[in-house]
Amino acid sequence: MGKQYETVIGLEVHVELATKTKIFCGCSTAFGAAPNAHTCPVCTGMPGSLPVLNKQVVEYAVAVGLATDCDITRVCKFDRKNYFYPDNPQNYQISQLYLPICRNGHVDIKTADGTKSVGIHEIHMEEDAGKLIHDEWEDCSLVDYNRSGVPLIEIVSEPDMRSADEVIAYLEKLRLIIQYLGASDCKLQEGSMRADVNLSVREVGAEKFGTRTEMKNLNSFRAIARAIEGERARQIELLESGQEVIQETRRWDDTKECSYAMRSKEDAQDYRYFPDPDLVPVHINEEWIEQIKAAQPEFRDEKMARYKAEYELPDYDIDILTESKHMADIFEQTVAICGQPKKVSNWLMVETMRLLKEQEMEPEDIRFAPENLAKLIALVEAKEINGTVAKEVFEKIFDENIDPEKYVEENGLKTVNDEGALRKTVEEVIAANPQSVEDYQNGKEKAIGFLVGQTMKAMKGKADPGMVNQLLRELL
Amino acid sequence: MEILNYTAVELAGKIKAKEVTVREAVEAVFARIEEQEKEYHCYVTLDKENALKQAEAVQAKVDAGELTGPLAGVPVAIKDNMCTEGMLTTCSSKILGNFIPTFSAEAVRNLEKAGVVILGKTNMDEFAMGSTTETSAYGVTKNPWNTEHVPGGSSGGSAAAVAGNECFFALGSDTGGSIRQPAGFCGVVGMKPTYGTVSRYGLIAYGSSLDQIGPLCKDVTDCAAILEAISTHDTKDSTSVKRQDTDFMSALIDDVKGMRIGIPRNYLGEGLDPEVRDAVLGAAEVLKEKGAVVEEFDFSLVEYAIPAYYTIAAAEASSNLERFDGIKYGYRTEEFEGLHQMYKKTRSEGFGPEVKRRIMLGSFVLSSGYYDAYYLKALKVKALIKKAFDEAFAKYDVILGPVAPTTAPKLGESLSDPIRMYLGDIYTISVNLAGLPGICLPCGKDSKGLPIGLQLIGDCFQEKKLIQTAYTYEQARGRFGSAKQTAESGVR
Repeated sequence: MGKQYETVIGLEVHVELATKTKIFCGCSTAFGAAPNAHTCPVCTGMPGSLPVLNKQVVEYAVAVGLATDCDITRVCKFDRKNYFYPDNPQNYQISQLYLPICRNGHVDIKTADGTKSVGIHEIHMEEDAGKLIHDEWEDCSLVDYNRSGVPLIEIVSEPDMRSADEVIAYLEKLRLIIQYLGASDCKLQEGSMRADVNLSVREVGAEKFGTRTEMKNLNSFRAIARAIEGERARQIELLESGQEVIQETRRWDDTKECSYAMRSKEDAQDYRYFPDPDLVPVHINEEWIEQIKAAQPEFRDEKMARYKAEYELPDYDIDILTESKHMADIFEQTVAICGQPKKVSNWLMVETMRLLKEQEMEPEDIRFAPENLAKLIALVEAKEINGTVAKEVFEKIFDENIDPEKYVEENGLKTVNDEGALRKTVEEVIAANPQSVEDYQNGKEKAIGFLVGQTMKAMKGKADPGMVNQLLRELL
Repeated sequence: MEILNYTAVELAGKIKAKEVTVREAVEAVFARIEEQEKEYHCYVTLDKENALKQAEAVQAKVDAGELTGPLAGVPVAIKDNMCTEGMLTTCSSKILGNFIPTFSAEAVRNLEKAGVVILGKTNMDEFAMGSTTETSAYGVTKNPWNTEHVPGGSSGGSAAAVAGNECFFALGSDTGGSIRQPAGFCGVVGMKPTYGTVSRYGLIAYGSSLDQIGPLCKDVTDCAAILEAISTHDTKDSTSVKRQDTDFMSALIDDVKGMRIGIPRNYLGEGLDPEVRDAVLGAAEVLKEKGAVVEEFDFSLVEYAIPAYYTIAAAEASSNLERFDGIKYGYRTEEFEGLHQMYKKTRSEGFGPEVKRRIMLGSFVLSSGYYDAYYLKALKVKALIKKAFDEAFAKYDVILGPVAPTTAPKLGESLSDPIRMYLGDIYTISVNLAGLPGICLPCGKDSKGLPIGLQLIGDCFQEKKLIQTAYTYEQARGRFGSAKQTAESGVR
């Protein structure tokens, strides 16, 4: 039997904070503006400009630190990380090395073997870089500094994870905590959450860690899982063939499902970190921490307990609803309007989840107003529309956030509750389908279903199927 | 009396009294500039047209009674490392040879609010690195007292412009003595305020933790008025301090009775020119006669200040100057292949030798494996120097000494021996390391007729004690005069 290997994984997670303005200037952090629209002398590194720290960044970082059981560094400082690249306007990045804002925390994750604690080595604050755009036609590069100075926190874990599943569970947990805090929307695809994977393998039972590599460019949970499997296999193969793992940074190519060496430890740059003399130390006192604590929202565990007590929902529902803070918010807001927790839950769990999956969206992307879902539920309750029509209308709500009352009215989707009109149609259907009528009268219960269907069709779906059924039986 | 012989505050008084117009003052300065600038070369950039336009605007405000302060209508010069919106700002470097800022430094804006007229930008050592103004990429500035000598540096252009009456006052910046030493060499008053008193926003950084902007001017009264105008709390500069005591003109009091003045014995020893020593001790004697308590004391650690300073300042400079890369503004090399070569050629061609020397020194002391041994150790020395000053200020209100070991050296003598040039900063550097205020004013001339500078050092935020002491001495000394003043103004 071959040797058994254990994978050892630590993560560096960058999270873009949801502040309105940048970390060291008043420019907007909004995404998608024209290149260099959100810039000023500070975030373009003009001579003579100086950084001033955005207080909200500190508060978000402390909030994440508190939620992950970190020690908060009472006097923390910013350091300069020096390296030349055009997207880095000062050619140094303002970051934290010597005194990061949070240290020694942990998060608990659920694994196949029960609960596991993943240590957090540190959390530090830093600024994002701009973006290089290579113009193939002009054979030149252009720089967009809109992202330059957008605040980030980097969450550095201990090498405590042993499998892709644990990594995903850890990331999901971090994402939930940060989303619940409102500190970031944590979208991997859009880059507001980025994870670099440090991975090594060692023989089971070995005490020393193996040589690790760092994997970059991981844009989805799936890519992360694949990269972990791929890198584990690559390292084991090297060891099995008597070669060594080289400490290096690798870039994952998810379409080719393999990675490439970017730079080895030998080419690692000397960043010449030193304290940034333009920024004064940040003093975080007990009072400030208490304020941040007091402003913290209800976390998922608390929310789950409350849903059970307050709304008497099944655990299954609660699990899905609270998996995203945004989803939970929509749930609560809708219930606040229409007061039907289970019905709201059903719409979110079933139809909403189905549409999200079909359209490859995340719960954070839900854009409809709770009012519209509440109105829809009321329409169904009042038997103004039937279930089939309701599903149709909901898709419109989901896609375009339409007002269901108006929509139903304008498109004539209301259920026909006029018994006279319905009776007439049923009589016509009976007359047109003698065979089915005969089948039914001969005891073929199924035939009634066909007749209901024909009636609904004739009514263009706007009838209450229960009522149609009842009328059919009565007339037959 | 000729317009040019007025101090800034006197001129503003004459303008207010309608005895002189702002335009007349500006024209008088430009007449003098045209006469001698070719020889002195105080300025990198001059803008007469704009100055005359400003003069009209300021005059209108003075006439309307909107500008009544002690600097309204005064023509001034700005050191070329302070951003001026729409006006070339080069730091006397080739790498910023075409750089026109989009905003003005906070100190410049404060002066504009006070109603000054900006004449142009003064020459300096490239990026303020040097003690003679000879490292400028745009040629040397000469000392108006004797054009074979340097004006000092790095604010040499500002000091020479004041001494040569090519402006009524100038702003300089002081990282290790760059205001006080040229003030001493050019026989003018120069002051470096407590770190954090004047906003650094818009000052192109050399050593960020040491840089301060301050005035170079004709007398202590001007100094107090200018400092009062430029000292504001600025939320754009995180190191800016909120002070309530910036009414510096209230300290223009001719009295030092009971003022405790300490002279560091270590400042009077080896390396100090005897003529400088005699003049400085003579000034101390004057203050004693006016009622101050003067005594000598031992001030240790002096010899550690220079290596600590050159480690910290160079480390910060190596990072501060990274942004000059040919990408966004400033000089970019003509021909290159690829990004790496563009960086390399741009910076090799754009920076002068002294700047490169300090970038290399700074990069070295910050590099992995050396950081603790050099940079951290230098920070420890800095803390010890601050402590030594704290102990001294427990006993004294003011520390008195020379500003430099000699008077202005001859042109071309200093750069060949940079270590010697660095040692010339010995009396000024520790003041920056400790963040203290220091003022320099003339206290005599040597046998060659070159001015000798007296330095007074105060505890943090004690500018008023310095102003009072300097003012009292100045009253006893009488008008020192500028390099080209007529006998009428009473040169001693």
